Amino acid sequence: MQLRRVVITGLGAVSPFGQGTERLFQALHDGESAVRYVAELETIRGLGPHLAGLVPDIDIKDVPRKIRRTMSPMSVYALLAAQEALAQANVDQQLRTGGRVGIALGSTVGSVETMEQFFDDFLKDRSIEGIKSMLFFKIMGHSCAANVAQTLGIAGRTLAPSAACATGCQAVGLGYEAIALGKQDIMLCGGADEFHPLTVATFDIIQAASTNFNDRPQCTPRPFDRDRDGIVCSEGAGILLLESLDSARARGAVILAEISGFASTSDASSIANPDPKPVQRCMELALAEAGLKAADIDYVNAHATGTIQGDEAESRAIGDLFGANTPVSSLKGHMGHAMAASGALELIACVKMLHAGKIIPTRNLDNPAMECSAVALPQQIENKDLRTIIKNNFALGGVNCAIVLRRFFE
Amino acid sequence: MTNDEIIERTNAAIAEEFELEMNDMVPSASFKDDLGLDSLDAVDMVIVLEQEFGIKIGKDPKILRIRQLSDLHSYVIDKKNAILN
Repeated sequence: MQLRRVVITGLGAVSPFGQGTERLFQALHDGESAVRYVAELETIRGLGPHLAGLVPDIDIKDVPRKIRRTMSPMSVYALLAAQEALAQANVDQQLRTGGRVGIALGSTVGSVETMEQFFDDFLKDRSIEGIKSMLFFKIMGHSCAANVAQTLGIAGRTLAPSAACATGCQAVGLGYEAIALGKQDIMLCGGADEFHPLTVATFDIIQAASTNFNDRPQCTPRPFDRDRDGIVCSEGAGILLLESLDSARARGAVILAEISGFASTSDASSIANPDPKPVQRCMELALAEAGLKAADIDYVNAHATGTIQGDEAESRAIGDLFGANTPVSSLKGHMGHAMAASGALELIACVKMLHAGKIIPTRNLDNPAMECSAVALPQQIENKDLRTIIKNNFALGGVNCAIVLRRFFE
Repeated sequence: MTNDEIIERTNAAIAEEFELEMNDMVPSASFKDDLGLDSLDAVDMVIVLEQEFGIKIGKDPKILRIRQLSDLHSYVIDKKNAILN
């Protein structure tokens, strides 16, 4: 089902490499690692990982206090990314605030740091008398979406999907559907998250975080590699400005790519351990919506986070569907796992790859693991005439998403 | 604590909390029109002043009548004096 064609006309990123989509893609292209030692993590008893990918060089005080007072860092990241996307798409104030533009933007949870502040104060004597008024606006589940919508004067729908690590692509999917159905002409879509030690702890507790490379930060995470030992948490925001083809044409907007398929499915077999079959089914549904066969896909951008089980399940699903020749890579070896932002940041990188005609290989993939070898895993940049890409994005809770991206043709 | 000290500490605490310039903290400054503060800021201003002076303001209806900085100075001075008496 697709009633209207949906294209991408703007991109915006705040990543562990810094601000801007150009910086993001240059760092990926150059094979940089954003993973660093974080001293704070060593102060937490029982916490194994001491590494993360943190957003550098952003002074949140650049955002005026009146706007910033209800924002935690994730909303600031999302705002900066949204502003970049709007500028690239040349959306002026009248269009932005007139009701044709909506937003679908999520995070895994509200600001954990702010929750910590609240409980730190509250639990002293179970009193709310010293609690300031702004805390709720940073803690609420739709904090990013609401803050960005308020700041930009968005008058269309405000959606705030929260599907943990799959939030980014799910938000893009919801935006795509809203436009395809004719509910909005433009949607700012994506995900954002800010670093907190308890996010790292979540993955450490379930033994899914990397702990063997604390003395060699840039050697982890290692998606699909023999020596992979888990994820590395990072932070940031990715925003894609989606627009109906009719709207983009009428405005004379530059079309960066087309989204031609989206699927989101549930893997009810386990809340934590992915199964290849539901992953495959999700990709098949996205392909079917795009009207494509597996053989039409030029490149698979994997979710692969560097966990033992997740990478194996995903590579088996990809192998079963696409065979052993379609190139597959994950970008988490470069920038870690930016949680709700990851799917959107990686989709942005896919748009850039589509334009550059280059496939960015998986960083830290030195020895492809036997159990992941059912697929083609490039270890160097591959030049290829890319026309169609599928992007995977999965989450704890059994949430699977896949998006089909293609070069725009009339 | 003298009245001048109360005024000085009130101005400094509010300027820090709301990122205002000390030069703008004149007695005739309107919270809404000159300092750009709103009702949500007023909630936090109460907490800042309670912590600064160790006083209890809470939801005192008198605070709702405060329009400009000099009103607040008088309010805090009265509160402090009430404690002393």
